[in-house]
Parts: sequence; structure tokens; C-alpha cells
Amino acid sequence: MNWLSNITPPGIKNMFRRPDDNADTLWLKCGGCGEMIFHRDLENTQRVCPACSHHMSIPAEDRLHAFFDDGKFEDIELPEAPVDPLKFRDERRYADRIKDARRKTGRQDAMRVAAGAVHGLPIVAACQDFAFMGGSMGCALGEAFLKGVEEAIKRNSALVAFSASGGARMQEGILSLMQMPRTTIGVQMMREAGLPYIVVLTHPTTGGVTASFAMLGDINIAEPGALIGFAGPRVIEQTIREKLPEGFQRSEFLKEKGMVDMVVHRHDLRDSIAKLVRVLTKNGSARSRISLGEGEATPAAKPPANDLDAVDKAAE
Amino acid sequence: MRTYLDFEKSIADLEGKIQELRQSVGEAGVSVDDEIERLQSKVDDLLGDTYSKLTRWQKVQVARHAARPKFSDYVSRLVDDFAPLAGDRAFGEDQAIVGGPARFRGRSVIIMGHEKGADTAGRVAHNFGMASPEGYRKAIRLMDLAERFELPVITLVDTPGAYPGRGAEERGQAEAIASCTEKTLGLGTPVIACVVGEGGSGGAVALAAANAVIMFEHAVYSVISPEGCASILWKDAAGRGENKSPDAAEAMKISAEDLLALGVIDTVVPEPLGGAHRDPTLATERLGDAIESALAEFDGLDAETVKSRRRAKFLNLGRIGLS
Ligand SMILES: [Zn+2]
Repeated sequence: MNWLSNITPPGIKNMFRRPDDNADTLWLKCGGCGEMIFHRDLENTQRVCPACSHHMSIPAEDRLHAFFDDGKFEDIELPEAPVDPLKFRDERRYADRIKDARRKTGRQDAMRVAAGAVHGLPIVAACQDFAFMGGSMGCALGEAFLKGVEEAIKRNSALVAFSASGGARMQEGILSLMQMPRTTIGVQMMREAGLPYIVVLTHPTTGGVTASFAMLGDINIAEPGALIGFAGPRVIEQTIREKLPEGFQRSEFLKEKGMVDMVVHRHDLRDSIAKLVRVLTKNGSARSRISLGEGEATPAAKPPANDLDAVDKAAE
Repeated sequence: MRTYLDFEKSIADLEGKIQELRQSVGEAGVSVDDEIERLQSKVDDLLGDTYSKLTRWQKVQVARHAARPKFSDYVSRLVDDFAPLAGDRAFGEDQAIVGGPARFRGRSVIIMGHEKGADTAGRVAHNFGMASPEGYRKAIRLMDLAERFELPVITLVDTPGAYPGRGAEERGQAEAIASCTEKTLGLGTPVIACVVGEGGSGGAVALAAANAVIMFEHAVYSVISPEGCASILWKDAAGRGENKSPDAAEAMKISAEDLLALGVIDTVVPEPLGGAHRDPTLATERLGDAIESALAEFDGLDAETVKSRRRAKFLNLGRIGLS
């Protein structure tokens, strides 16, 4: 589905494929140290290797569970998006690939939106799921992200985006490319609302996702060892005809180059994010400059041109 | 010497004959005007026929044609008093994106775009139109100017994509593209984007999140190159050595006609007979007319309206329940 499917270690693929059957006998080889780890142990560590702290891919469900207070969150219903707008077919029909991905993951597409609290602070999370077609960005993902923005503004809360993506959903052609400006508009709405927008870049984040909402956080946080870039390493190596050095495009490298603010261990994300949100919102007391809440917003409190309204109007 | 594409063989043969006849005039002194005229009208018919039925993959070839007009060719005909500005004020000057203030049909504007370069030295200097972060950061600087002096922005998009190089990654290619897109989307003055050749992926969209997107008839605009798409989605066939790029071009629907139908672009500018490279002057004139009428739509509108219309246009794209 994208270049990442070529480089994802089979262990990670299997991890997504067989969470249900013979779960008790499942051992995983750590991609960092090579140690064999019992899957139950990984569940307890949010899929961080107990031996070497290697951060493995984590399903969105587990991610959200670990992120919010007491593992409790509200799943936000996502708007419908066009499925297979180009009637795309390569070696297989895109419609079939989507069907498979939905069956395998039990999800509609590659981004989930959830609302809850982190250390008591209201937060909306938009979480990409790499297990769904490599987290690729198509119409559904754009709609999901914008829904996340809308919810955050409505709830007067921060938005935290967890990125994990091989890039664009090629099978949606130009409409997948258009999700770059579309999600960027969402980021602008957060800025105008005066609400924090924090990105957590996880392994891997590349292509159009990095070149849009994932690099535009008020604060960009990266998980340790994540591959983060615009072009994939294979493409770069083909272009420059040399091997890239160890650690190129990894989180620590990006921090050194000034592209992310901090590299934070998965177990510390809750604390770090809560601290940032609390300070940025002056103890969580900042009121959004924009309110989209039903009934409570007076016309005067609305921005001069409310984009979501403009869209609603166009829909009528 | 004209460069012919592989589907232009019979056109090349006929034009070769015309050339021979012209040369023979001097030698023999016999009039061949009638014959030349006959052949020329055959060429025109063939060109008209061929170019009205181009497949999407053939359009890719036309869009990348070595003789297709480049940014500098358009700009020299489109505007006066053009002052190209250099540098991102942080790291360097990237000539893959050229731009600056100019006068366009009675208006002051900022015009910028990807420059592919016309000959080997030019192509190297302009990195084949593949911009590095500095290029996008220069574009942001130019848009800052547009904002400060309330000037509309015209962009000409013609790039295989952003440069996938080591230095470009080190200096934040993704961030530069994202910020350039954000800057474009936030401008209070109208932005008119023209896809004149290749609109390649994120490197193109950074200059194309515009109020109106104009596209030449034979230009292409896509999320990934057909070659790139084929190598990933037709992996098996590619492994057998089959060329699946034409299939990828068809499946991704990358022509101006496709994108107009999808609502991604607003206007298709017809190209001169046989493509823009056969008559750059006429092509530029038509492009200029399209830009002028696109700009006129935003005359007298305040900054908030210009911005919110641009946003609504993108937010509505591909949304269900809207048409
Ligand atoms: Zn390990």
C-alpha cells in the first residue's frame, strides 16, 4: 500500500494480524534488542520493550486507553467520507483493500478521535492507526482530523494528534493530496481558537502527513526512535546514491536538527502533555477565543468568518 | 531541432518532409508551396486529432516535454518589471522556486513558481524544479511581502515534487512544505495557482492551496508520480519488468479534465494546437486571460472574505452531502 509495507518488520505486521487467535502463545521478537517478549508483558508496558525501551507500534485502541485518565474516553463519531471516489484499481480493487482493512481492524479508517481527560484536563485526541493501510491519509482521515478540531473547539480543550503514517492514500489520488491543505486548515482553526495543538509523532510518520498537520503543532513531541521525514529513506538513498547514516530521520536526529521540541518516552507522555496544556492554558482556565458550542455562543463572540458555518451554509 | 514524443511519429515524418521540401527549393528553384501547404494542413489535422485524444500517460509526456515553456518563459511574457528575489534569510537561495514582485496587466502582484531550467546547466542550477526547504521558505517570505503590501499572489506550479535529498530532510523539508501551505491558506489577499506543467505531490500543493486553481489542458497534477505509484501498487508487475506507469496514470485520474470534474481545480486553459511548447506566446496569453478573470472575482473583497472563501473551497472538497 506504500513504501512502508516493504520495510515494516514482519513481527510488527504479525502483531496486528493475530491479536485474537493463539494469543496465549504469542511471543514477539523485539526489533530493538532481539529479545523474545511475551505479548502480555508488552500490553502492560504499552508495547515498549522491557529490556531495551524500544517503542513498538501500538494500536490506536491501546494508545487511547493508556493516554486518558483511568483508560476512559468517549469515542467521537466520525463523519462519513467518500469511499473509493476514483473507483481505483491496481493489482487489486481499492474497494476490496478497504474492505479487508476494515475487517482486520474493525475500524472504518485510519484515524480515531476520542475525548477524555488527562490528569483532569479535558483533551481531544486524534489518533492515527498504522494498522489501517499504513495509516495512510485519505478523505476519511481528513474528515476525522477536522472533526477532532471541531470537538476540541466545542469542548474548549486541547487537541493532541498522534501521527503514524506512511503518507498519502494513493488510491484516492488527488483527493488524498488535498487532505494536506484540509488538515492544515484544521490546525489554523485551533490557532485562532487559542487552544493548544500538540502533535505526538510516532513511528513511522512520513510523506504528506509529516508535511501537513504533523509538523505544525504548537509543540511537536516525538516518541523515541521514531522514523520521521518527508521522503522515505529508500527514496532518499536512491536519489543521492549513498547509504544514509545510522539514526538519520529518527526522533533524536530531528530534535538535534531543531524540528521537534522534545523526545518523550511513551510512559511519560501523559505527564508531559498535561504539564504543557496546564501552563499554556493558564491552569486549564483559558477560554477559547472561538466557541462553536450550541446555544452558548453569542453572534458577537463568533469570529468574523466562521469556516465551519460557511461549510454548513454551502451544504444547504 | 524539434523534440518529438513517441506518439508523434507520423507528425515527425510529415514535418521532416516539409523541412526537406523547404531546403530543396533553393536547389532546384521549383515551387513546392502547394505541396508544403498540403502537408502542413495534414500536420495540423494530425496534431489536432492526436492532442484531443491524449491518454493520461501521454499527457505526462507532454507536461514534461523538454521544450515546454518554463516559469521564465511565462513570466517574461506575462508580467513587466519582474524583480526576482533571492534567499530564505536563514540558510540559502534555492533557485528551484523563483519569485518576486511584478506588474501584471495593470496590477502589482507577487508572482512565483517552480523553475525547471531550459538547458542542462539551467536544469542543474534549478534542480529540475525540485525545491528544498529554502525554496518553500523563500515562498513564505514572498507571501509575507504580499500580505504587507496587499498584493495578490500568482503561482506557477511545475515540479516533479519536493527534492528528496539528505540536506533537504535535515533542514526540515516536511516542516517547510507544511508551513508554506499554511501561509498560503492564511493569506488575506487572493492567491491564484496555475498548474502549468507537472503538479507533483506535496511540493506542488505547497504553492497551490489557492483561491482559484487554473490548469493547462495537458498539465498533470497528482499525489505521486505515475512511476512512483506503479512501483508501489503494481509491485508484482514492476518486479516482472513491466511498465505499469500508464496504468497508474489512468487510475489516479491526473488530467485537468479529471480534476475539474472532482472540483479540485476551477479552470482549464486550452493549449495551442499540439501543446503549449508549439506556441508559448499564445499559451501565455490564454493563461494570462484566465489569471486576470480569476483575480477579478476577488476585486473589492476584504481580507477575511478572501481567506474564508479559500478555506471553504478546500473544506468542501470531497465532503459527503455536498456537491
Ligand atoms: Zn528490546
